[in-house]
Amino acid sequence: MSQLAQPILQDEALAALDAAPNLKISARGVDVFYGAKQALFGIDLDIGSRMVTSLIGPSGCGKSTFIRCLNRMNDIIDGCRVEGQILLDGNDIYGHLIDAVQLRALVGMVFQKPNPFPKSIYDNVAYGPRIHGLAAAKDEFDDIVERSLQRAGLWNEVKDRLNEPGTSLSGGQQQRLCIARAIAVSPEVILMDEPCSALDPIATARIEELIDELRENFTIVIVTHSMQQAARVSQRTAFFHLGDVVEVGETEQIFTNPRERRTQDYITGRFG
Amino acid sequence: MTDMAARAPIDTAKSTGDIVRNSLKRRYAAERRFKFYGLTAVCTALAFLAIMLGNIVYKGHSAFVQTNIELEIYLDESVIDPQGHRDPKALISADYGGLIKASLRKKFPDVRKRRDKKALYKLVSGGAAFELYQMVLADPALIGQTVAVSLTASADIDIFNKGGIDINLPESDRRVKDKEIRWLETLRTAGAVSIDFNTRFFTAGDSRDPEQAGVLGAVVGSTLTLIITLLLSFPLGIMAAVYLEEFAPKNRWTDIIEVNINNLAAVPSIVFGLLGLAVFLNFFGLPRSAPLVGGLVLALMTLPTIIIASRAALKSVPPSIREAALGVGASRLQTVVDHVLPLAMPGMLTGTIIGMARALGESAPLLMIGMVAFIVDVPHGPTDPATVLPVQVYLWADSPERAFVERTSAAIMVLLAFLICMNLAAQILRQKFERRW
Repeated sequence: MSQLAQPILQDEALAALDAAPNLKISARGVDVFYGAKQALFGIDLDIGSRMVTSLIGPSGCGKSTFIRCLNRMNDIIDGCRVEGQILLDGNDIYGHLIDAVQLRALVGMVFQKPNPFPKSIYDNVAYGPRIHGLAAAKDEFDDIVERSLQRAGLWNEVKDRLNEPGTSLSGGQQQRLCIARAIAVSPEVILMDEPCSALDPIATARIEELIDELRENFTIVIVTHSMQQAARVSQRTAFFHLGDVVEVGETEQIFTNPRERRTQDYITGRFG
Repeated sequence: MTDMAARAPIDTAKSTGDIVRNSLKRRYAAERRFKFYGLTAVCTALAFLAIMLGNIVYKGHSAFVQTNIELEIYLDESVIDPQGHRDPKALISADYGGLIKASLRKKFPDVRKRRDKKALYKLVSGGAAFELYQMVLADPALIGQTVAVSLTASADIDIFNKGGIDINLPESDRRVKDKEIRWLETLRTAGAVSIDFNTRFFTAGDSRDPEQAGVLGAVVGSTLTLIITLLLSFPLGIMAAVYLEEFAPKNRWTDIIEVNINNLAAVPSIVFGLLGLAVFLNFFGLPRSAPLVGGLVLALMTLPTIIIASRAALKSVPPSIREAALGVGASRLQTVVDHVLPLAMPGMLTGTIIGMARALGESAPLLMIGMVAFIVDVPHGPTDPATVLPVQVYLWADSPERAFVERTSAAIMVLLAFLICMNLAAQILRQKFERRW
């Protein structure tokens, strides 16, 4: 883990992967432009495998922009341009070897506002496996749906009403349904863009527990505005400010002993 | 006074509560006024609608019933079928009118003068001979017998019998003269005059005789035309909207296309008719007066409406649904087909039905491609000559015969009923597709 904390040069990224076997994603010199406006300035960031990395920072600092680069969700925004290099397991996700659709099957995403499809709970979870052809028979789908809902901690609440619309659930349940939908395609990475910002504290606590369980199997990147949440769920934390990464490190170190003055100011609530 | 107080510089001693309380009366008065204006507008609109509908129903309801005159007719074999073969070809050329005339002469033996006889014969419709022929054709065994046949009365007698002609007018100002009234009274006392539901109005095509004219030809023509319009414009419109909204890059070309679609939606419909005349009839040589060409022209006219409404419906689908689908790795087409289209479908159907309703009521472009012709036969296919309901209304409204006035209004009612059915169908479809989230 200490290796990850060190800045790695862009052309050494692949070598670094050998050196650090638990490196999952490494971003080098990522610039993002919305039209003429630059939102990210040369982001260098490494994300470790099977752990939770949280991105914190004041509003408009580029956390969400960055996380949306990781599964190329920015592609659908008109006038958005991404430069630099992002490697997933050593493959450039903006290169021609990986297609955006393929990438998004590997890198799932949970959004800020719960956005279940206006379909049944079952179809919400089964949709991803269905379009990717991960299962063929009905009982295989049943199996995936049950397993995903169980891992998302929602199975016991919805097992008797799988045919009801996903939108009939409460906000916290909807967000867990979205997590179940994301893990149903067995991605390697799950991106969470402020997944609890629309939820009450109890639902938030459930999601946080869930995130903690999920890191056994998935690499998780979470954007959050809550410093407590970052401290609770993540192992590594990156502090973003004005489109740049100010400081990356182990969560404990960032919150107890930040190296940068700006990080110190932000986590103690002096700005942001 | 209150205005003065409101404009005065804020007195620091006055609390916000006082200032607000003082302005409340004025604010609520403005609200009440606004509500009143809105209510007035709604009531005015409803009143106009009621006047229009009331007028149409008042004028047109009498067209749904028809006066029939029952006559004892001797189906003389020597007139109908002198050879006795019962050959349909022979049956068609027989003088059925003569039989009806003979029956009328027998009923009124005191009518001697040539001119009076002519007037007497005009009690029944000129089409009555055809009715008699069809009866005989259906049952040749009737030949040689005397049968009581209910025959359609002529238009003027029909209107008089239904109370449409003021008997107090001087005789010279009336279409129905005193002697005709006397004959009718004689028949009435004999129980030979009846008013029945006018089935002919719904089963016949157009005719020069108002009492023989029906809307079926126009209804079938409208249906065929609209089916072709729908089959062309709905898929094309939705495809175009989906491509422009979901796939096309946003650049100058798509901007130009968008501006042009919006302009096309505002082009007067007769221009589309001229285009259809030049392209479909003169260049491609498609048949004149055919629902096929009418449908093509109306599809051109309807397309922009459907595209604009469909794009608006697509735009109103929350982006979070697209993100959700893309986020689990759906391709853009899968995202559109599986999630965006179902959610946009109600809005698209609304746009389509607005376009179709406009197409149903359109007559100007169809005049250009010859659908204004006088067509007696009910069309059997999209290439048969036909007319449509609004054009039929136009044709009848243009006819001088008094009896066409009520038929015009009745045809408008049929048109409105057609429209209501279409809207109902759309509403049902909408509810079927509607998903809440």
